[in-house]
Amino acid sequence: MKSSDNRLSDNQNAIAAAIRVEGLTKRFGTARSGEVTAVDAISFTVAKGSVTGLLGGNGAGKTTTISMLLGLLLPTAGTVEVLGVDMARHRHAVLPRMNFSSPYVELPHRLTVRENLVVYAHLYGLTGVKRRVEELAEHLDLTRFLERPSGGLSAGQKTRVALAKALLNRPDVLLLDEPTASLDPDTADWIRTYLERYRFESGATILLASHNMLEVERLCDHVLMMRQGRIVDQGAPAALLARYGRGTLEEVFLDIARARTDAEKEAANAAE
Amino acid sequence: MTAPDFAHSPTFSVRRVGAMVLRYWYLLRGSWPRFLELAYWPTMQMILWGYINQFMASSSAWVAQGAGVLVSAVLLWDVLFRGQLGVSVSFLEEMWSRNLGHLFVSPLRPGEWVAALFTMSLIRTIIGVVPAALLAIPFFGYSVFSLGLPLAGFFANLIVFGWSLGLVIVALILRYGMGAEGLAWIVVFMLAPVSAVYYPVSVLPEWLQWVALAMPPAHVFEGMRAVLYNGVVRWDHLAWAAGLNLVYMALCAAAFQYSFRQARVRGALLQTGE
Repeated sequence: MKSSDNRLSDNQNAIAAAIRVEGLTKRFGTARSGEVTAVDAISFTVAKGSVTGLLGGNGAGKTTTISMLLGLLLPTAGTVEVLGVDMARHRHAVLPRMNFSSPYVELPHRLTVRENLVVYAHLYGLTGVKRRVEELAEHLDLTRFLERPSGGLSAGQKTRVALAKALLNRPDVLLLDEPTASLDPDTADWIRTYLERYRFESGATILLASHNMLEVERLCDHVLMMRQGRIVDQGAPAALLARYGRGTLEEVFLDIARARTDAEKEAANAAE
Repeated sequence: MTAPDFAHSPTFSVRRVGAMVLRYWYLLRGSWPRFLELAYWPTMQMILWGYINQFMASSSAWVAQGAGVLVSAVLLWDVLFRGQLGVSVSFLEEMWSRNLGHLFVSPLRPGEWVAALFTMSLIRTIIGVVPAALLAIPFFGYSVFSLGLPLAGFFANLIVFGWSLGLVIVALILRYGMGAEGLAWIVVFMLAPVSAVYYPVSVLPEWLQWVALAMPPAHVFEGMRAVLYNGVVRWDHLAWAAGLNLVYMALCAAAFQYSFRQARVRGALLQTGE
């Protein structure tokens, strides 16, 4: 149940790809101070209603990519369209239909859980704020923590609060950066089950950056494999397993992460 | 690509401004030491300068002629200081809590956030300065409200200049990170000598007088003394202060806008914090 303010035209809703990325590049630094290419001309699409995993080792460019998809970070080159809207030019038209959660971007510690959720509910222009906050608190087993300062919660509780914030506006596009990082297996499983249910009930598109291969195998329809800022492979989890002749995505991940391109091997040989 | 439906994407939402004011209000409400701190320094300053005023009145004809000149000066100076600090500290709250990433993936626009920072600065300034102004009445038998209607003009000009300074500080912190945090507490004092708070502009060397008169506060404090000493409202000073404020606000808003964009280029919105 979404307010009409949060809707774009029907025309845009008809677009098949929820996210379309073309030649997306991000370089940090300057030629003088030393340039680092964090994301190197990547292109991909994320189908509407799918759960897509963004995988890669540390520094592969996952968080940088997600930041550019959200419009928090301006690309050096390339374009990002979310629900048919060019994020560089019109991101505010589509932000009410998106949301984001990351364990590395916390909510204000001194505000209570309820206060944080109320503030964000107003920022997203929701009606029936009190009801929505209590409904989400109930769904995510947070009711008894509503009056507690967010900073005083355990990692698992904070993750559930962050997820509550990310689901406040019932987003059509949900970007999750390592949603179960540093959680115990029980809590992580609980979060995954909740995400599966949300996706099933809402038809939302989810892009998920994760290091947990079991999580990816369980949740994702499609996987994008990143290494050194590039997408080096992609496909359905089963297709990737077949292509690499491996039994688990973790083995596929290790194959990709440890593989070197010919250019890299030449560079390494030259250095030796 | 289909054009987005901007009818459903307001460029400025009062509700989102209200949401951010609510966020800062929750923070203030949740801590009585913060509340107390707001009124503590203006009250201490007022008491200190009130006694200096009393002492000087017995030995200085200039102070004696302008009843409460030093008390009025210190209270109005606090409007400028608190106005600037109100913007900077509310911004720093977001940096300390690493909340900018969440804020700017929501529909919040930078202009709405700035409007919330200004609103919160006004609230914090009133909480800080009004109790001190009221306490001056029983303590020293002097009411700053006796300045009459011009007081509203003095207040408005000083707080708007405080907001401009606050925006520049926000821009500098966005550019240089938390290493520039200390600027929030010191920048305004760089302007104190040329603001002519406790003495007339004519005391300054001629070249510095030009610098002073290029700043809105000097016009405000000259105007305040004109009311206290001569009982006249110097509309020319108020007009200069307002005109200069427009120029400074435009420049500082441009600096903020540039810094905010650069922060998006460098990824600082997601990473900056303690």
